[in-house]
Amino acid sequence: MTGKRARTALLVALPAVVLATLCLLSLALGAADVPPDQVIRALFGDAPSRFVDNVVWTVRVPRTALALAAGAALGLAGALMQALTRNPLADPGVLGVSAGASFAIVLAVGVLGINSLYGYVWFAFAGALIATVAVYLLGGLGRSGMTPVKLALAGIAVTSMLWSFTQAIVLTDVDALNKFRFWSAGSLADADNGMVWRVLPFLVIGAVLALACAPALNSLALGDDVAASLGRRLGLVRLAGVSAVTLLTGASVAVIGPVVFIGLVVPHVARVLAQSAGIGPDQRWLLPLSAVLAPSLLLTADILGRLVARPTEIQAGVLVAFIGGPFFIAMVRRRNPAEV
Amino acid sequence: MPNPRSALKFRPGNGGSPDSARLRTYRLALPPVSGVFRPRLVALCAVLTAATFLLFCWGLTTGDYPIGFTEVVRALVGSGDPGTVLVVRELRLPRALVGLLAGIAFGVSGALFQTMTRNPLASPDMIGLTQGAGTAVVAGIVLGWDGGLGTQALGLLGALASALTVYLLSWRRGTTGYRIILVGIGVAWICTSATDYLVAKGGRFQAQAALGWLVGNLNGRTWDQVGPLAVALAVLLPTALLLGRLLRTLQLGDDVAIGLGTRVQPVRLAILLSGVGLIAFATASAGPVAFVALAAPQIAQRLARTAWPPTVASGLTGALVVLGGDLIARTLVPGTELPVGIVTGVLGAPVLLWLLARANRAGSGG
Repeated sequence: MTGKRARTALLVALPAVVLATLCLLSLALGAADVPPDQVIRALFGDAPSRFVDNVVWTVRVPRTALALAAGAALGLAGALMQALTRNPLADPGVLGVSAGASFAIVLAVGVLGINSLYGYVWFAFAGALIATVAVYLLGGLGRSGMTPVKLALAGIAVTSMLWSFTQAIVLTDVDALNKFRFWSAGSLADADNGMVWRVLPFLVIGAVLALACAPALNSLALGDDVAASLGRRLGLVRLAGVSAVTLLTGASVAVIGPVVFIGLVVPHVARVLAQSAGIGPDQRWLLPLSAVLAPSLLLTADILGRLVARPTEIQAGVLVAFIGGPFFIAMVRRRNPAEV
Repeated sequence: MPNPRSALKFRPGNGGSPDSARLRTYRLALPPVSGVFRPRLVALCAVLTAATFLLFCWGLTTGDYPIGFTEVVRALVGSGDPGTVLVVRELRLPRALVGLLAGIAFGVSGALFQTMTRNPLASPDMIGLTQGAGTAVVAGIVLGWDGGLGTQALGLLGALASALTVYLLSWRRGTTGYRIILVGIGVAWICTSATDYLVAKGGRFQAQAALGWLVGNLNGRTWDQVGPLAVALAVLLPTALLLGRLLRTLQLGDDVAIGLGTRVQPVRLAILLSGVGLIAFATASAGPVAFVALAAPQIAQRLARTAWPPTVASGLTGALVVLGGDLIARTLVPGTELPVGIVTGVLGAPVLLWLLARANRAGSGG
């Protein structure tokens, strides 16, 4: 019993320590390195120089905060989506959310000529929302109502349709293409405080909704019939879940681009960790764990992206795939397929 | 005898497998020519063949310079005025043939993958093959790495390299369909990110050229693309069709299939090889045309009301989608030639959704 307790404590402490260390590194490293002690002094308003204060507060803090917020959102959204669809291949990218945001941004830039980031952030959000609602409604068509596979197929259909519209605009408009190709690689480089504050309310509401769904998701894992007989209102759970996914993904995709790998890979890692701590597939653990692990991955990618190609940088979204991909493959190889 | 249609239930994802007792009844009930018991499937293939043929001919007559059907036939056999012969034989025929062959290859390969992995999401565009081709081609365009190989060869190499990577990485005392999907997703995302990075790194016109290829199109296809594709299909299609029969047992899960005497690993490798070959050659010739490998088998399955994606009908559906898409792409906006991938992406979606909406509980909806 104590052994299990110790493992549970480790499960909570270890990811938290890792994330805190990464935050510190993210504040310290970059085009100009700042020693960690100076970072900490700057954080407490006692910067050794104006330069350090400036670097830490106007460049690194917003960037790190954005990585934390958007990363946590993507991890939560991925875990939620996999639980909702009972399909371990589901992620917000598959269910049309990222495609909706991408299309709306390209529409805003290419057709309406909106060039400021704040202008098209809202378009991305609206696009994600509309795409998700469309997928949700379309996935429920037909006599048997909504099933996980129908939801996923509806998502793929909507994704491919929106992606085609996006390509049609991008291929005929070089300006839109130029915006789109940097945004779609997934970068945190343009972060500032305004961006974080604007998306934070949506992320908080989304996170609360997601965590509120967790107990119901545990029953849902047993199948629709069992969940219904346990007194869960399936329609309500799905509505809350999909709303949370939309809020979380829409807002994060709008600010950092469609970095969808996180939503896919992090819940798998969370399940493996939870299992080795003897907890098992309990969503009340898996959702918060995903919310901590995901920003760790995003921060690692962002930090490496700054270091690898100094003085320029490689987009975090690119490195997320290069770090997460091999890790994911190694994990798939190590585990029994039934467990992954 | 149970109704063969309901004897096998196609359950994508990690759904359960039907019991083997009912399977045996099903297998014994069918003589080698399954058409005897599946008039709907045979009729569907006939209709699809006719429709594909009509679209193919229609495509040859349509364009900036409309040519009557009899003129087209005369141009094909070599008589008629030289201008018409040039347009038909050198411009439209290779384009239509690439569309036809690539469409068949996309459809058949998608059907193989989806049946083998028992997951409709496991189309080649999900497990890294088209993404591998994309990275190789975009690297060629942006970094100038093609070394005189040309887009088609780079696409082929990229697809084969990523397929090999996926297979080797998913091998651990054998492979399972499920592990192939998951490893494939990992490889797919790495390739996509590399492509995104290359597109962001390149100049704006290189980026435009790269995206143009990534959409998938048939513009400007010549006999150079038709030749390799036709040879590849001549070898791979018969193999794929033979293997399609063995897939039925794999669908029941490895344990059941082994129990029924199927040698699971060799069969899976053979299916992978032929599926990969088909998709690699098709992608190299036409680019990663959106949605066809994923949607065509699903559409064919619902039209045929079978419990799995029917191989031949999937191929024909794929051809129909690509040829029809290209025809629309060429005629939608006069004077411009949209890439066919945009049209298949836009049009494939509502068709799939309509079929989803019609799906009933008898296993065809999933």
